[in-house]
Amino acid sequence: MDWILITEQALNGLQFGLMLFLLAAGLTLVFGIMDMINLAHGSLYMVGAYLAAAVMQASGSFLLAVVAALVGTAMLGMALEMTLLRRLYARDHLSQVLATFALILMLNEGVRIIWGDQPLMLNTPAALSGPVELLPGLHYPAYRLLIIGVGLAVALLLWALVTRTRYGAWVRAGASNRAMATAMGVNIRLLFTAVFGFGAALCALAGALLGPLLAVQVGMGESILILAFVVIVVGGIGSVRGALVGSLLVGVVDTASRTLLPALLRQLASPEVASNLGPALASILIYVLMAAILFWKPRGLFPAHG
Amino acid sequence: MAEARALHHRGLGRWTWPLLGALVVLPLVLQAFGLEFYTVVAVRILVFAIAASSLNLILGFGGLVSFGHAAYIGLGAYTVGVLMDAGVTSAWIAWPAACAVSAMAAAVIGAISLRTRGVYFIMITLAFAQMFYFLAVSLKAYGGDDGLPLPQRSVLGFGLDLKDDATLYWVALVLFATVMAGLQRLVNSPFGWLLQGARENEVRVTAAGGRVFALRWQAFVLAGALAGLAGALLANLNGLVSPHLMHWSQSGQLMVMVIIGGAGALWGGPLGAAALLLLEELLSGYTLHWQLGLGAVLLLVVLFAPRGLAGVWRRG
Repeated sequence: MDWILITEQALNGLQFGLMLFLLAAGLTLVFGIMDMINLAHGSLYMVGAYLAAAVMQASGSFLLAVVAALVGTAMLGMALEMTLLRRLYARDHLSQVLATFALILMLNEGVRIIWGDQPLMLNTPAALSGPVELLPGLHYPAYRLLIIGVGLAVALLLWALVTRTRYGAWVRAGASNRAMATAMGVNIRLLFTAVFGFGAALCALAGALLGPLLAVQVGMGESILILAFVVIVVGGIGSVRGALVGSLLVGVVDTASRTLLPALLRQLASPEVASNLGPALASILIYVLMAAILFWKPRGLFPAHG
Repeated sequence: MAEARALHHRGLGRWTWPLLGALVVLPLVLQAFGLEFYTVVAVRILVFAIAASSLNLILGFGGLVSFGHAAYIGLGAYTVGVLMDAGVTSAWIAWPAACAVSAMAAAVIGAISLRTRGVYFIMITLAFAQMFYFLAVSLKAYGGDDGLPLPQRSVLGFGLDLKDDATLYWVALVLFATVMAGLQRLVNSPFGWLLQGARENEVRVTAAGGRVFALRWQAFVLAGALAGLAGALLANLNGLVSPHLMHWSQSGQLMVMVIIGGAGALWGGPLGAAALLLLEELLSGYTLHWQLGLGAVLLLVVLFAPRGLAGVWRRG
């Protein structure tokens, strides 16, 4: 294995991890502050990707598509929070699971009614479709570099927002003790709606950016939702720092094991065994990682509460 | 849940025999009206009633939200499939083996998962189920992603031919009735009381001398074994075992069944299984976009019947 392949895979892992972080950040805040299990978080990601694809097809402008996806999904998220999810905060986790499971079904079917069964195509913007030579001999797609850049910028912004601003202080206060934060004059109701809308916008950003790399289709939200849950549990629920560490860990382990593990297996076993076992082992590795972390740290790497 | 719940769970009482009688003659009635197809639907409901009841034992009575219950169903189904592939067709060997394999998996998974609490428990059980799912996908010798078609149904002997859907229905009905009778005894036994007590207040049960971990672990293993039995039946019903049986959405569906039926209510599992599967059957015959209707009905259940259908029943 040469260093070019390894660097390339590390960058891919970083890119995937940062996109996971966009989903996980919203999920961990909603979970941590509102104590609400939102299975429909992945559906917001799907809605964002569809909105981006539709606007891109209509207008031809990628920037406009991303902005439209962000605004549209944030509005949908806040509308859902104000009409439905707000009623669920006081209920037990089981009711929340059932209600948001119902939301997944309805959003999936709604998207299917509007855009049909066929996956939509979202093209890479023309200016970014080519590769960039990062180092002599190392060519990397410009679009993936853009994703890494945006992901890092959002992570930085979020870190500043949470640790350096008054709003961030409210969010942290809400996450560690909701009743006390209310008593100290934080309008938790409004904060919840805002956080939910913000989380939805982050989902849409991930959906719009990943759209050109993956197929925009019904059900795309569910597979990434499970990974996002793995991330926030590994990182510790309610902790944005934990979500970042967890995302990068899961992103790098997933990407690396998907490409490097089969190569490694090929040297140990027959090519047939390697090609059969490789992908499965790679998929399993994420869950082994999570089970191991929960075994030794039952509350995640960075517990937010107490 | 703050309010106290009755520990004693009544069976059907004087309704037992009339209801059982009605269920016994159901295939004959369906045949008389030329609706044989629905016999298969009825078997599916019975199988999922067993599966949902096994989940209800730990989720409803034990307060342990397992998000990986489909793994035990899948393991049971794969046990039947793999044994049949090796030439073992007898139900008397394959079905107990399915229970045993699922129980062993539950024993290991439970011993590790029960160390965690709340959401972390949900996620670690999901993690183990995902491992089995991807393992099944990688088993190319047994069909991999496409699954393993069964050449025939299990052989029961005694002149009972499971190839006949009605016979399969009656066998499933006997198993279902046995499971429900057993569960009714179990949740009303000291074991069941302690299990429910630990759900309400773990510290107090421990202080009173209950060994909460062992208690929960035993319930977890039993639930796994019963899910394995459901899996063995499902393999026979479908004529196919595939990784899809262990997909996390299947675990989610089982949870939905238990919640809409009534978590912690003896009849929650069967009620939820029947309601969800019949609703699916009904809506999918009516419109292509049936999931929209199903989602709306589930939302209404959450908002207006927080204790599930069993709760509505009791109140009404």
